[in-house]
Amino acid sequence: MDIAGDFLPPTIEWFALSPYIALVAGALILLLGSLTPQWPRGWYGLVSATSAGVAGVLSVLQFANLADELPRTLVKGALAHDRFGLLALIAICVAVVFTSMTTVDADTSDSLEHFALLLTAALGAAIMVTANDLVVSFLGIETLSLSLYVLAASDRRRSASQEAGLKYFILGGFASAFLLYGIALVYGTTGQTSISGIGSTLAGEVSVPRNDAMLLAGVALLLVGFGFKVSLVPFHSWTPDVYHGAPTHVTGFMASLGKVAAIVALVRLFVVAFPTRADDWRPAVFALAVLTLLVGSVLAIVQRDVKRMLAYSSISHAGFMMVGLEAAGRIGSSSASDGVSSALVYVVLYSVLAVGSFAAVSVVSQHASDVTSTSEGQSTTSLDAFNGVAKTNPVFALGFTVLLLAQAGVPLTSGFVAKFGVIRAAVSTESYVLAVLAMVSAVIAAYLYLRIMVSMWLSVPASGEATSALAPKLSLPLRVTLVSAVAITLVLGVLPTWLLDVSDSLALFAR
Amino acid sequence: MQMIRDNNWVLSVGTFLPMLGVIALLVTPKANEAAIKMVALLTSVATVIIGIFTLVNFDFDQAGAMQFVAQTDWIPVIKSTYFIGVDGISLPLYLLSMVVTLLVVIYSLDHIPSPGNPKAFFILMLILQTGMAGTFIAQDLILFFVFFELVLLPMYFMIGVWGGEQRQYASLKFFLYTMFGSALMLVAFLAIFFKTGAESFAIPYLVENGGGIAKNVQVWIFAGMFIGFAVKVPMFPFHTWLPDAHTQAPTQGSVILAAILLKLGTYGFVRIAIPTLPDAAIEWAPWIGGLAVVGIIYGAFGCLAQTDMKRLIAFSSVAHMGFVMLGISTLTSFGVNAAVFGMVAHGLITGMLFFIAGSVKERYHTLEIAKLGGMLTQVPRLGWILGLCSMASLGLPGLAGFWGEFPAILSAYNPADGLNVSVYRTYMVIAALGTVFAAAYLLWLYQRTAFGTPKGHDHHDVHDVTTYEWVAWLPLLVAIVAFGVVPNLLFGVIDPAVQETLRAFGG
Repeated sequence: MDIAGDFLPPTIEWFALSPYIALVAGALILLLGSLTPQWPRGWYGLVSATSAGVAGVLSVLQFANLADELPRTLVKGALAHDRFGLLALIAICVAVVFTSMTTVDADTSDSLEHFALLLTAALGAAIMVTANDLVVSFLGIETLSLSLYVLAASDRRRSASQEAGLKYFILGGFASAFLLYGIALVYGTTGQTSISGIGSTLAGEVSVPRNDAMLLAGVALLLVGFGFKVSLVPFHSWTPDVYHGAPTHVTGFMASLGKVAAIVALVRLFVVAFPTRADDWRPAVFALAVLTLLVGSVLAIVQRDVKRMLAYSSISHAGFMMVGLEAAGRIGSSSASDGVSSALVYVVLYSVLAVGSFAAVSVVSQHASDVTSTSEGQSTTSLDAFNGVAKTNPVFALGFTVLLLAQAGVPLTSGFVAKFGVIRAAVSTESYVLAVLAMVSAVIAAYLYLRIMVSMWLSVPASGEATSALAPKLSLPLRVTLVSAVAITLVLGVLPTWLLDVSDSLALFAR
Repeated sequence: MQMIRDNNWVLSVGTFLPMLGVIALLVTPKANEAAIKMVALLTSVATVIIGIFTLVNFDFDQAGAMQFVAQTDWIPVIKSTYFIGVDGISLPLYLLSMVVTLLVVIYSLDHIPSPGNPKAFFILMLILQTGMAGTFIAQDLILFFVFFELVLLPMYFMIGVWGGEQRQYASLKFFLYTMFGSALMLVAFLAIFFKTGAESFAIPYLVENGGGIAKNVQVWIFAGMFIGFAVKVPMFPFHTWLPDAHTQAPTQGSVILAAILLKLGTYGFVRIAIPTLPDAAIEWAPWIGGLAVVGIIYGAFGCLAQTDMKRLIAFSSVAHMGFVMLGISTLTSFGVNAAVFGMVAHGLITGMLFFIAGSVKERYHTLEIAKLGGMLTQVPRLGWILGLCSMASLGLPGLAGFWGEFPAILSAYNPADGLNVSVYRTYMVIAALGTVFAAAYLLWLYQRTAFGTPKGHDHHDVHDVTTYEWVAWLPLLVAIVAFGVVPNLLFGVIDPAVQETLRAFGG
């Protein structure tokens, strides 16, 4: 039989795939660098920032093109080409650019594999957010996760970093196993792995002809697997340790890019593939959201270490994104699509805040370790390290304060726009309990950001005059990163119109 | 509601002018303190001039209508507009916020609290001014919320940086309490938006359509707004942040807090919660009235137990805001008129009392009542001013405080239709008792601090009222007397707007 004759290779839309190609090209150029002598300082970072920047610009162009094109799938339905995925892709590229710049000062700045890993992680994330097939999505997850495991362990001098990498690896492996099992069960019931295909298959059935228990078990396992990646309570236990142990700029990278990828993949999967089972998964999402919001914010305020605080706060933010997903699960309501777009907007805005905040933390901890280089083992990210920062460097403190206030959801910052969006979606779908709980947890979490601000503005430096003489040093790339993050936060906070204008089109999935 | 759109730039300019001052201050070098003070002073003077222009052009024959209305798109996707305007209820409070800020700036020219840094201090004060003025003119719930929250941060920093010894605790408590309130308020705002058909956040629109929401839903939405506003007022039992914040705040912070910030809560009830949700207001009113009279008595007892002058004044605010809330809870135009008058009067009087407390602290380096005494012999003018303000605060006829307190009590005799008359008459009796206690704690305070012989504070810090203080205080003192003698100056403006606001309750 002439199989080859029937085979039609998928048409390749090179332009639509160009962001991925740019990311891969950057990673390959960097890896080729291992054959050449050491490059001048900063060049590795320049290459990764440039290729991510190019990918970002290409994504922006495609995002704009989609204004008058319909969303479609690429590579024979493997990847979705829609605004939902592209906005996430833009956020991912921004995260890579920022992280490349903040890494220049770090100890790892002379190792090219570090920057290559940033790009492969971004590639994995890019595939995750646009994957329209469970197997492709899984490939993206693994590409992202493997890169992040190595990045978390990349500070070879600190055992905490090694520990973080190992812990992340083991627990991440568990999560992947859950995911695979879930994919297998869903494939077993529906006979396919295409996300939009599953959706249309399930929508097409008249009654419940197939084994629904098996399907729901698969959905549950997928939720657990993604719950690990998103760090929803009770699957969150790795987050504080890994965030704390990993080098600070990597933590910012994980908090932004990792969260964008996982949330976006989760929302796409559940809303596109399982809308017919929304009544089954929505209560589970509700419970996870409540737990995540409350546990995340309550545990955040009792921490003594700023990185752990922000780790728990990232858990609490994930709870807000789940509020959006819960609203999206109210399929009958006309506002369900608001839930989809609000969850996406939330995670995209949060990713900028996370990169900026952790960059600020790295500045302070770098400074603290310069000053107290003698005392080994003492954490340089404890809250005390922030005491009196405003006295030595008020502009830096003001910038960090803006980022913290945005995380707290204060109006005129992007954080408020994000919170407002999900709360609006929750209220419009009459999910009042969740809306009230989310706002209460936002207030609880606000205490945590206030504690950091109190340290910076109202406390005196512990070690007295000697410390305050040395203002934290900020290199140019770090300054640019912080200024851009603060600018994005404020501009989108005061004039959110253009972001909200496109939000309706965000919920149009490629199917 | 009628809208008058003449001169629609006035309110925007008046509200955002302080932000221009902030920008000017940002580029002024920190070392040049004279220039910083000059910029702050000029900005607040210019703001007040715009305020006077607003007053002059206000059409007093149509005080019930929204005037100087400006309305443009702001965030069209969520149907929020930049929609501002003033009526007879907003106008006095709007102007009060401008005048008080100017007076506080004048006072600060000579009294920058420790640890200094006038640049940051004035920047925060001007941001605060924009937030306060904006809250009183906003006619869109989202705009209102943004301004309402904008006030929070400058005050937080003002207490936290320039405050007393317990400033960290006090500022955190202030921030978290208020944020908790506004968190639930936001959910309530969204709920009313969707329940009225997701058409508009404009307050006039919601007043038209809010009554159509089912009563049991209204009650829940009102609950969210109630918590947001009651924390800000503050009503018993949400008042515990207030004594701490007031005691720890620098004088300027206390004055602004007492004179303006507390009114944001009561204003919210009058402007938003009650007119938009009339059925729920009827359900909630007895509870609000009950908490109000508890606040009156509790505040009075709190005052009697205080040994610190500033803390005593802070507790007296709880009692006075109780009278305001009692007036509001009657849902009659008589009661709400009294309440709005009471807001202005309390702003003038208690603001003034906090000014005096600040000056006493500066002279005697203590606010322990037991360590003070003989102010009338040592600093007679300051002593007399304290006397006048205490009398005004306890509600002496002929001074402004009387017209907030007495009609509020009287209004409880005859609450709106649908409210239980005997319950309200009980409230009336309890509130009347509250005025006796008020006389007791204020006269006792005055007796202990002003009478007798000075207790060995003979150092050079003890001097009588300075020029800066006279300039900052005289307008307030004049207003206290003027509104006391001719209350119609204010009632004439307020009443038409109150009638308009309470249309749903039959006037």
